[in-house]
Amino acid sequence: MKWLVFAKRNTKEILRDPLTLFFGLGFPVILLLLLTMIQRNIPVAMFELEQLTPGIVVFGYSFLCLFAALLVSKDRGTSFLLRLFSSPMTASDFILGYLLPLLPMAAVQCLLTYLFAALLGLQLTLHTLASGALSLLTAMMFISLGLLLGSLLNDKQVGGICGALVTNLSAWLSGTWFSLELVGGWFKKLAFVLPFANGVELGRGAIQGQSLTPWLWWCLAYAVALTLAAIAVFRARMKA
Amino acid sequence: MNAIEIRDLRKVYGDVTAVEALELDVRQGELLALLGVNGAGKTTTIKMLSCLTQPTAGDALLLGRSICREPAQVKELLGVSPQETAIAPNLTVRENLEFMAGVHGLTGGKARARTEEMLRTLGLEPVTRRKAKTLSGGWQRRLSIALALVSQPQILFLDEPTLGLDVLARRELWKVVESLKGRVTVILTTHYLEEAEALADRIAVMAAGRLKALGSVEELLAQTGCKNLEDAFVALAEGGADQ
Repeated sequence: MKWLVFAKRNTKEILRDPLTLFFGLGFPVILLLLLTMIQRNIPVAMFELEQLTPGIVVFGYSFLCLFAALLVSKDRGTSFLLRLFSSPMTASDFILGYLLPLLPMAAVQCLLTYLFAALLGLQLTLHTLASGALSLLTAMMFISLGLLLGSLLNDKQVGGICGALVTNLSAWLSGTWFSLELVGGWFKKLAFVLPFANGVELGRGAIQGQSLTPWLWWCLAYAVALTLAAIAVFRARMKA
Repeated sequence: MNAIEIRDLRKVYGDVTAVEALELDVRQGELLALLGVNGAGKTTTIKMLSCLTQPTAGDALLLGRSICREPAQVKELLGVSPQETAIAPNLTVRENLEFMAGVHGLTGGKARARTEEMLRTLGLEPVTRRKAKTLSGGWQRRLSIALALVSQPQILFLDEPTLGLDVLARRELWKVVESLKGRVTVILTTHYLEEAEALADRIAVMAAGRLKALGSVEELLAQTGCKNLEDAFVALAEGGADQ
């Protein structure tokens, strides 16, 4: 149960950072509120709650990528990880210990966003529940991407790559803030090759009780591939 | 009985040979100081012995366990205090100790009891509830050593444990290290010769990855014909024949 001990430590490290709490839990809710207010004054179909909420949830997960990457890269940047590498912890203990605290955090973030959306008028149905549950697949993908980048980059690079690049890609290429159909062409094709728009469409599809393919397969493939890549790179770092 | 038996240990990084043909035995309960100028191979040796890096050739047995074939079992025997302070910054001093005890398989009452013992032994009681990142360098270093000891290791590696500490903090830590002698086998690397002189049963001098001399302070002085350890160290590091 060494992974559990490590997971507890990581949970404390994450939750004791006030910025984590703000961006992880507060920011998606604030965005949802602002955009809903805009939608009420100037009705935009994209900003209706059934469309907007899955997008906000996915955008919120991009911060989990940053938290995961910062956690690993900061540990790597000090001798703390070196100390742990000389302990009886195995590679599996490390991966589970890093991964597991962030999944409940994703679930709480998702739950808060949907509950707040319900307060604003979103109908809570089984479809909404399915949308939230399926979004955890997207959360897994973002967390694994964070672990991967945290294993490869130092904490300053992580700030740039995850804090700026991933959050921006997640915003621009997700179809949350503007319609990808309107842009079309290579931009739309690129968006649907990357995971962000697929994550949003998966959530929208579920909430409206529509077919979940092909988005579900894209999200599943990205989650599995990024998790395996994170494990492989972390193991390689341990041996190095 | 030997706690550590190093046989023909070698580590090469690209074109650089960090450690070459190292042969060394350390007795159980002995405190061995590993001296050498920067780049002598001290830290690489510690890293190999604590299974943090694999040797290019050779092997070492720690209480009969091979670092090459049985790293998982070797890690159960070890405590390591790395050169830089290695602590979890957002955890309190107590949480750091309980966490490290848990990582070594101690749970519940046992983990708490060991934590209390470490808090007492290392004199960490005044800062028990403070987050590690808010501590001064001296307290952090003390916590770092407590973390290496909390699992009751049979072999302890201290890599420059008093680096950057003021004289008083250094003397305090000397007392702690001294109290381990006879109970725990300790390998200590340091640049402070007076530290080695005060604490070590024997001193090993490394230069350019090779072991240049091994013995008590008196034996090293006799071997070099010098009157103090600093002169003897310089003579050995600059031109001594390999052991």
